[in-house]
Amino acid sequence: MTTNSLLSRRSFLQVSAAAGGGLLVALHLDPIEVLAQGPPGAPALAYVATAFVKIAQDGAVTITSKNPEIGQGIKNMLPMIIADELDVDWAGVKIEQADANQSLYGAQVAGGSTATPTNWDPMRQVGAAIRQMILAAAAQKWNVPAAELTTASGRVMHRASNRSGSYGEFAADAATMPVPTLSMVPLKDPKDYKIIGKPIRGIDTAAVTTGKPIFSIDFTVPGMLWAVYQKAPVYGAKVESANIDQVKAMPGVKHVLVSEGTTNLQGLMPGVAVVADSWYQANQARKALKITWSAHPTSSQSSEGFQAKADELGKGAYTTKLRTDGDVEKAFASSGVKLVEGAYMYPFISHTPLEPENCVAHWRNGKMELWAPSQTPAAGLAIVANTLQIPQSDITLHLMKVGGGFGRRLTNDFVIEAAYIAKQINVPVKLLWTREDDMGHDMYRPAGYHYLKGAVDSTGKLVAWKNHFVTFGAGNGYAAAANIAGIQFPALFVENFDFGDSKIPLGVPTGALRAPGSHAFSFVFQSFIDELAHAAGKDPVQFRLDLLANKVYPAPERGGDGFDAARMTAVVKLAAEKSGWGTRKLPAGTGMGIGFQYSHRGYFAEIAEVSVNSNKQIKVNKVWVAGDIGREIISPLHAENLVQGGVVEGISHMMQEISFKGGEAVQSNFHQVPLLRMAQSPPVIEVHWLKSNNAPTGLGEPSLPPILPAVANAIFAASGTRVRSLPLSKHGFRWA
Amino acid sequence: MPFTLNVNGKTTTVDVPGDMPLLWVLRDVMSLKGTKFGCGIGQCGACTVHVRGRAQRACQTPVSAAAGAAITTIEGLSPEGLHPVQQAWQELDVPQCGYCQAGQIMTAAALLQSTPKPSDAQITTAMTGNICRCGTYTRIRAAIHRAAEMGTSRSTSTAQGAGAE
Repeated sequence: MTTNSLLSRRSFLQVSAAAGGGLLVALHLDPIEVLAQGPPGAPALAYVATAFVKIAQDGAVTITSKNPEIGQGIKNMLPMIIADELDVDWAGVKIEQADANQSLYGAQVAGGSTATPTNWDPMRQVGAAIRQMILAAAAQKWNVPAAELTTASGRVMHRASNRSGSYGEFAADAATMPVPTLSMVPLKDPKDYKIIGKPIRGIDTAAVTTGKPIFSIDFTVPGMLWAVYQKAPVYGAKVESANIDQVKAMPGVKHVLVSEGTTNLQGLMPGVAVVADSWYQANQARKALKITWSAHPTSSQSSEGFQAKADELGKGAYTTKLRTDGDVEKAFASSGVKLVEGAYMYPFISHTPLEPENCVAHWRNGKMELWAPSQTPAAGLAIVANTLQIPQSDITLHLMKVGGGFGRRLTNDFVIEAAYIAKQINVPVKLLWTREDDMGHDMYRPAGYHYLKGAVDSTGKLVAWKNHFVTFGAGNGYAAAANIAGIQFPALFVENFDFGDSKIPLGVPTGALRAPGSHAFSFVFQSFIDELAHAAGKDPVQFRLDLLANKVYPAPERGGDGFDAARMTAVVKLAAEKSGWGTRKLPAGTGMGIGFQYSHRGYFAEIAEVSVNSNKQIKVNKVWVAGDIGREIISPLHAENLVQGGVVEGISHMMQEISFKGGEAVQSNFHQVPLLRMAQSPPVIEVHWLKSNNAPTGLGEPSLPPILPAVANAIFAASGTRVRSLPLSKHGFRWA
Repeated sequence: MPFTLNVNGKTTTVDVPGDMPLLWVLRDVMSLKGTKFGCGIGQCGACTVHVRGRAQRACQTPVSAAAGAAITTIEGLSPEGLHPVQQAWQELDVPQCGYCQAGQIMTAAALLQSTPKPSDAQITTAMTGNICRCGTYTRIRAAIHRAAEMGTSRSTSTAQGAGAE
């Protein structure tokens, strides 16, 4: 079978500003947004339409999936969008994973729930553009006007002459047609969608259920050696001495390498690599390593120390103003107000994707080839190029199917480790971490401490909100994922508002964990709103609806987050209605709680029904989710799964902690970090969509944050105990 | 030292240390990559296989203890994916990232072998050793119920077929 690849054309098509950036109104730029859209002011990332579709002479259609697949279902979703506009049957479509090449595919990022909003227009345009090229070729071949042609199921029809032909018949000629300007290509009326919005199963589901070797960890190349990489338990400490010769003599061991590393805690850290014929041998030999690590300035860090420092700072004035409105102190002092104060905290936690970090690297003839389960392959190329001084043009990076991302693989530390080892030994090598490597060397979700004070007036209205947030960083800089925008709700909705932060220096690597920021401060802000509702003597749902209706200040022109209170109001009402809020008679020890969060452009309100028994055992009986991510739920079967997964993960966060002592992580594996299991997972998680007339946005993240306050507020309703810090086990709670 | 293993109905001799976990023998000596490494301490269940018909953690099973026993991995459950548990998993589209699912399926298949019509409580008890980091528990539970239905209808039709002969 000959394949007439439409790939042969290399005309670069700039996506118009309207398609690329215009969709994304008023976002504050976080690092993942920059990766997905390119830096502000830089030219829009190009999409080469012809790089996405191959049509064989027999009509077989292959669509390239450009983004890393980490469980979010993108390998289905982006090709589904192309296939619908291309007008082919989904059943016949083959999907190929793209290599890293942003000059062909535009941004290739799994992060920030950015793929849907940034690709919804371009992917439809790509499919429609290829269809137009096929129509042009058919029109030429049949000598009829293209306007008289129609398509369906991968065939072109000309009704007047009763002719029809498969796309494959025109593919070779289509490849020579001019590529239409993407922003000008007419798109389908949504009522004609045959694939978008339909319950289509995962493209890899059959391979997963039969154990096919499709994950990154399964990938091997001939002649490959295996490696482990031992880093210092105190982040960044160097190797002073090690029993290299003894380890080198162990069975199967080929190389023992000492790396100076770099000072980048998200890059190549100092350590010892053990390379052997098999991973088992490499890891056995590693157990015999005796390394003396150099003294390191962060070796006195501890979670207890952080808490004490935060409490000390929290008593004083903040050092950095994030936002102020009105006069909180005056409001607190006015007569008839009720004051509520609360010190909230959340600990460091770990990402723990179930597939441990791994990467295959092969250095030969001055070229580096990488097979990497990365969420940010372009950043992977860059860190390897910069650290090892190799031109990026000499590096190839293949995207591998990833056994869970959750933000852990936004950093490419395991990629640079593998590349470093490969460059030393000139044979292909596979690096594989243990769970202990993973938990001991995560880019942790940073802890945070919030010292809150609020006031409600005699009518039960929230009139003042003050928050001194103690976080990590130095000067004006924050540890990764340790910052909060001043605009966060309830900013703009409270007349007197005062929000600022102080920072504690940190030597622990941190990073974005699914729904970074919002998954943590949603617990804090939505719990404190609940406290204020109770102080006001108001129903927690009604108090929130009143608050959402009280927009006091306009959003700033720059730095706003696009929050639309009407959309949130609608999902709060929908969740309340579906859960029977306020209308159900609950037994003693059972209560309901609500939380809502605007996260990554998505609007989610969630309600949990929770029972707490006299032994402080908690059972989440049921969860109701109402979500608004726009007018299309592109891949509804996976969308429901992702939402339920976000709820499960959020509940899981509530019992997790990574603590530090002597500068090292204390917990090392799942016996100390209890991920939520089936027994603790809510047996029913109802998902209700509110399809508002807005462009579709992403779903990897926004369902997660509101479940934490919903459960915490339900624990209060059930037991009278207000949870202001996590994990729940600190307060003697455990799962039933 | 040499050990004779009976994996998915085939007999193979491997020459490895006796304390080497079955997980690494399967994956890296026999190239059966469907059995997954998640924690190495028997906490996550990603490495679940059947040894003598019972669900067992391959990372906690020294190869010496598995020698001679009938071992089934995900690749041997039904290579075409026709086992009711696999069928139900496909029908309900259970996986997100999919990494834990081989272990989940092997645990579920062992459960249905001993308890063809499990209650919710029995499913919870059997499955709680398997972590799904993506949180697909709702669908896993539904798929086990669905597989139980399929298994029953299949064995019923087999029985009827046998009767007709």
